[in-house]
Amino acid sequence: MADRDATDVAGDPSPALRQDAAGEQPAVTLEAFLSQDDAHAVRLEAGDDARALLPRLAQLKLVEISFPSFRDGRGYSAARILREAGFMGELRAQGDVLVDQVPHMIRCGFNSFAPEAAIDPEVLKRSVERYAAVYQRGADAAEPVWRRRHG
Amino acid sequence: MYRYDQYDQAIVDARVEEFRDQVARRLSGALTEDQFKPLRLMNGLYLQLHAYMLRVAVPYGTLDSRQMRMLGHIARTYDRGYGHFTTRQNIQFNWIKLEDAPEILAELATVEMHAIQTSGNCIRNISSDQFAGAAADEVTDPRPWAELIRQWSTFHPEFTYLPRKFKIAVIASDTDRAAMRLHDIGIQLVKRDGRIGARVFAGGGMGRTPMIAPEIAEFVPAEELLSFLEACLRVYNRHGRRDNIYKARIKILIHDLGADEYRRQVEEEHVAVKALGLDPPLAELDRIAAMFGDPPFESVESPLVPNGDAAFAAWLDQNTSAHKHPGYRVVTISLKPIGGIPGDASADQIDLMADLAERYSFDELRVTHAQNIVLPHVAARDLFAVWSALRDAGLAEANLDLISDIIACPGLDYCSLANARSIPLAQKIATRFGANGRQQELGELKLKISGCINACGHHHAGHIGVLGVDRKGVENFQLLLGGSGAEDVSLARITGPGFSEDGVVDAIEKVTDLYLARREDGERFLDTYRRLGMEPFKEVIYG
Amino acid sequence: MKLLTGNDLVSGDVVWWTGSGWSRHVAEATDVGDGGEAIARAEEGARRVNVPYLVDAVATADGPRPAHIKDRIRALGPTVRPDLTLKPADPAAGSWVI
Repeated sequence: MADRDATDVAGDPSPALRQDAAGEQPAVTLEAFLSQDDAHAVRLEAGDDARALLPRLAQLKLVEISFPSFRDGRGYSAARILREAGFMGELRAQGDVLVDQVPHMIRCGFNSFAPEAAIDPEVLKRSVERYAAVYQRGADAAEPVWRRRHG
Repeated sequence: MYRYDQYDQAIVDARVEEFRDQVARRLSGALTEDQFKPLRLMNGLYLQLHAYMLRVAVPYGTLDSRQMRMLGHIARTYDRGYGHFTTRQNIQFNWIKLEDAPEILAELATVEMHAIQTSGNCIRNISSDQFAGAAADEVTDPRPWAELIRQWSTFHPEFTYLPRKFKIAVIASDTDRAAMRLHDIGIQLVKRDGRIGARVFAGGGMGRTPMIAPEIAEFVPAEELLSFLEACLRVYNRHGRRDNIYKARIKILIHDLGADEYRRQVEEEHVAVKALGLDPPLAELDRIAAMFGDPPFESVESPLVPNGDAAFAAWLDQNTSAHKHPGYRVVTISLKPIGGIPGDASADQIDLMADLAERYSFDELRVTHAQNIVLPHVAARDLFAVWSALRDAGLAEANLDLISDIIACPGLDYCSLANARSIPLAQKIATRFGANGRQQELGELKLKISGCINACGHHHAGHIGVLGVDRKGVENFQLLLGGSGAEDVSLARITGPGFSEDGVVDAIEKVTDLYLARREDGERFLDTYRRLGMEPFKEVIYG
Repeated sequence: MKLLTGNDLVSGDVVWWTGSGWSRHVAEATDVGDGGEAIARAEEGARRVNVPYLVDAVATADGPRPAHIKDRIRALGPTVRPDLTLKPADPAAGSWVI
């Protein structure tokens, strides 16, 4: 995140944390996605069932998951369910996305971020790089310590 | 005992630096209180009635003398010379300065301790049986399993913003010393076909809607336990209520879905997640278990010799329990002196208990959910020396499981959620029954006091429970009878209209008098209550 | 009367608005009338206080007495540890709370 402003605008995700090109197509609601054939981007509200996307995962390039409040942790499970099912596209956290939550989001498979309020890039860098070891397997590439202990 | 390796230490050290950074951002104004609050809570830092309060984790209640001394050091250096042991086997310091909190955590990290997830809507400290590793009736030591779960739950990325807090207990005996079925998830390790596995209960809890956890799985093998827990938590994280804080615990979800439907969803989720390689190899449980092996017990039988001192004999009888190894006893140090504050210990007392553990108990101590301290492995020949030292420090009250061994939350003297003061009531009850052999005559009687409906004082699980409420700005106390947090788990029922502080002490005297008049051979208070029912007790109180 | 109270951000100490600043002693608290919320916002924004809120109180000869027992315990300290209250030398201090 080289530029503070980049994170100010919802829908303009953080380039530093992206692993592929940002989706351009506007994300439609889950209901709209399920009723049309050609959408490539969908937005899940916190209470939406991510599993409803699974039959048509292959056509999706972007899934945007809403965090109406940083306290609402349903989006973490939604992200993991999509990654576990093999979704490889852009997984974007949008809404009340705060710097201290971003590391958890990365571990759950998010690879882009559209926070409502600017995130200090220095704090973000520290936050993302802080933990060199993790205890459990997530949706990211980090090896759990039990794997490192036992090979 | 578990010892950190480089990874464990790196994670705890990183947490100290993360919190140091978060505190600096709060003090600079980069974080609002609203944003900081969940961050500090996830590190056990509350803003209480008088100051910040720091809750330090004591995983499954086990610690060594070095760790215990660190708690004394923190009490002396950063607090006001004492700490408060809690019903979740942790310790709280009541007078912490925000600016000191990072340094305290750094000091704790030097002895493999932390305050991680001692609050917040995440998986809390894993609790266990305080007699683990010493009890004759356990199928295995539950603590390696608890440690496995501790590691899995630490900074679990998916389960850090749950609908509400989440408490897990692990036991390994039919005797339940940890109120296992009053947890969000309760695990009883059992043996089947020569293998140990987990019998899993879910959806128990106290609070404003107390519930006893139903069984969700009768046997989960070790190699699938973490993926099974992952499934349990995911169903909760996705479907637990978030619209109403009072209905957000998993017990409400399971109650609303029904245990069968919850179990079905968990099993379905488990099929999906167990294929993902979430479970560590059994070698990891073996690695942990190797650190919990028996200490080098002596095989010489040393007989229990009451030496003619009546006070020692009474303590021996009341506060020591059978040990799995001949010639040893489990010592419970009561933190309930008559008229004292339940669960409080001064820095000097903490140091003394550490010294005794180092010298007489293979360097081990336990914190109990009843707010006492255990020396798990004391040779019979050392008991008099241990007792003498405890007596000199005001720690030799011989009242384990008697009516003055009261669980009490901090109440309105310390807690910003409380409606009434729990501690002064506990002091009055202990004083009323603590003399002239009255409590000994009453026998086992678990009395538990909460200062508000959140039930930190476990009043629902008391043979006698007391709930403090606010009646138009005046403290008022409701009396409950018939609860149990043990293997005969039950929820206490309210007798009727509440009382003043003195009134509820009188009411307790009336119900215990009735018990003495009506008890049959060998019956505890709870047994007599169960046989007679509520009516006669109500009659003596209100009639 | 209305008092404005909160905790010091850094130390966590209970503090009371005196009209020009914050004091640990409720006896020095002032009636904020209808102006409390504005003061609270400004002081919290400046990080001179944490989690401020308004309480009802009664004026007495010894100074303001908060209407609710919780705020009286906050003002004095824990009733079960007189040595840790703001009036450790006054054995009767606890009776002010009840």
